[in-house]
Amino acid sequence: MVENVKELLKAHKGIKREVYLDNENSTMVPKDVVDAMLPYYNQVAYGNPTLTHKPGWEAFETIMKSSQKISRFLGSKILEEITFTSGETEANNLALMGSAFANKSKGKKIVISEIEPINVLHVTDLLQKFGFTTTKVPVDREGFLNLEKLKEAVDEETILASIATVSNEIGTIQPVKEALDIVKDKNPETLFHTDASDAYGRIPLNVQDLKVDLATVSSYKILGPRGIGALYIKEGVNVDKILEGQIGTQKLWPGVENTPLIVGFTKASEMAFQDFEANVNRMRMLRDKLVDGIFRKLSDVKLNGPKGDKRVPDNANISFLRCEGEALTIELSLRGIYVSSGSACSRRLLQPSHVLVAIGRKFSEAHGSILAKTTRYHTEEDITYVLEVIPSAVGRIRGIVGSTGVD
Amino acid sequence: MSRVPLPYTQKVLDLFRNPKNLGKMEDATVTAVAGNPACGDMITFYLKINDQEIIEKASFESYGCAANIATASIVTEMVQGMSLEAAWKEMTWKKVTEEVGGLPSVKFHCGVLAVGALKRAIRKYFQNKNVSPSWVPQELSFEEKQALEEEELAKTLAKRLNVAEENQS
Repeated sequence: MVENVKELLKAHKGIKREVYLDNENSTMVPKDVVDAMLPYYNQVAYGNPTLTHKPGWEAFETIMKSSQKISRFLGSKILEEITFTSGETEANNLALMGSAFANKSKGKKIVISEIEPINVLHVTDLLQKFGFTTTKVPVDREGFLNLEKLKEAVDEETILASIATVSNEIGTIQPVKEALDIVKDKNPETLFHTDASDAYGRIPLNVQDLKVDLATVSSYKILGPRGIGALYIKEGVNVDKILEGQIGTQKLWPGVENTPLIVGFTKASEMAFQDFEANVNRMRMLRDKLVDGIFRKLSDVKLNGPKGDKRVPDNANISFLRCEGEALTIELSLRGIYVSSGSACSRRLLQPSHVLVAIGRKFSEAHGSILAKTTRYHTEEDITYVLEVIPSAVGRIRGIVGSTGVD
Repeated sequence: MSRVPLPYTQKVLDLFRNPKNLGKMEDATVTAVAGNPACGDMITFYLKINDQEIIEKASFESYGCAANIATASIVTEMVQGMSLEAAWKEMTWKKVTEEVGGLPSVKFHCGVLAVGALKRAIRKYFQNKNVSPSWVPQELSFEEKQALEEEELAKTLAKRLNVAEENQS
């Protein structure tokens, strides 16, 4: 199998240009971020922050300062409200499982949207085994939460509602404030969690204004290192820890704190917020150029998710009809363009992206979808290159499809 | 969406880049389809069969991933010049998988679907002629059954997800 990969990589030789747009699934980490991290491996603060010696105290100071910065970027004033975890997946696991277990005496009902990230869906599946039930609130054809149905779903036994601020797949910006008010109106005891990983660094976000109880953020989603994220937990909110072990500086996360990753996450946050408006405008300009260009050059394409202000600035999700997505990702890769697809093709279950199905896309549309996210590091030349390549790549795959599977 | 690593072989990649016998055959003797666009996995085979029941030409179209394209392509090459009886007896999904240098396990069904479509075409050829050779059993072959199962699964899934059937075709 490893030999196969070698051959696959060899097939990419001679690529003119490389444009990495799969920032949903992993990202490159800018040199400035890596440079900020490096001293923490072997020069400073490499000690365990709970121990009584200089490298330990250095680590303690570094982590506390990082917590403070990240809490401020999120609009919190209290650094203890930030718990570092090993990423978005673990933060969402902690948010859902931790608050479910801590509040089980109040009820066993959870409310989420149909388009929550896959890790949230899987955690609610797991919680079913512990007697918790989950109601999935539907969304409209652009991915906006049905607030009437949300209202219906919450009752006196609902202990938690979890609604992502921004859809990681289709970029829909949810009316989180309205959703929270509806939930709290029905049941003030219900905790409100939002996975804000795709909002952080992209749209204004303030946990205090929103009054959310819990919020997840992820490092790699803002070009920080992988393997680190954070859960904001409002002071006074009751959450159980879900991993057992030696508790250190993080009250709800056991283990030895990964100081270099925390520093990288913080540095990436600083860079994202340093010139927030300019960063966001650049992402949006590049994204719009990409989407507009594709619509100009190709027919039988559909944008998944909303247009305009209600769409996060970096997200492009487009269905190419009569075109299978996995095949298209490989075709594009061979020409130096890296994206992902909502196709079911890597699954035996044959089920395409649950998000695209939830917004009413036909299966064949979901299988032909491509997800791309722009960053401030892309150039207009990058997008121009993508627009040069996409028509012939889609054309070649459509040529293989021929008349098969045409609606 | 769950994802698994997909280290395709050189052969799969070659066939993906340069598929053989691609396209609709206007003068096909028989045509068969397996899979469903809802699965994102569908193959059409076109066979030109002569009076001696030899496959003179085979071609395909594929709405599917690289493994789907590669296995369909290799089947068209493998059956060229074969008698229908030999094709029925010798073509198995395992053989097709070997021929493309192996497939990641989650992609085995692509080989199954390709052979399923081929066997459907052969069965259909005899049904059209209203003859039933002893070597084509009444009972569906493994690959035909699997193809059917995949199609049924897509339908069930569509229903379960509350997506109207007519919406899907």
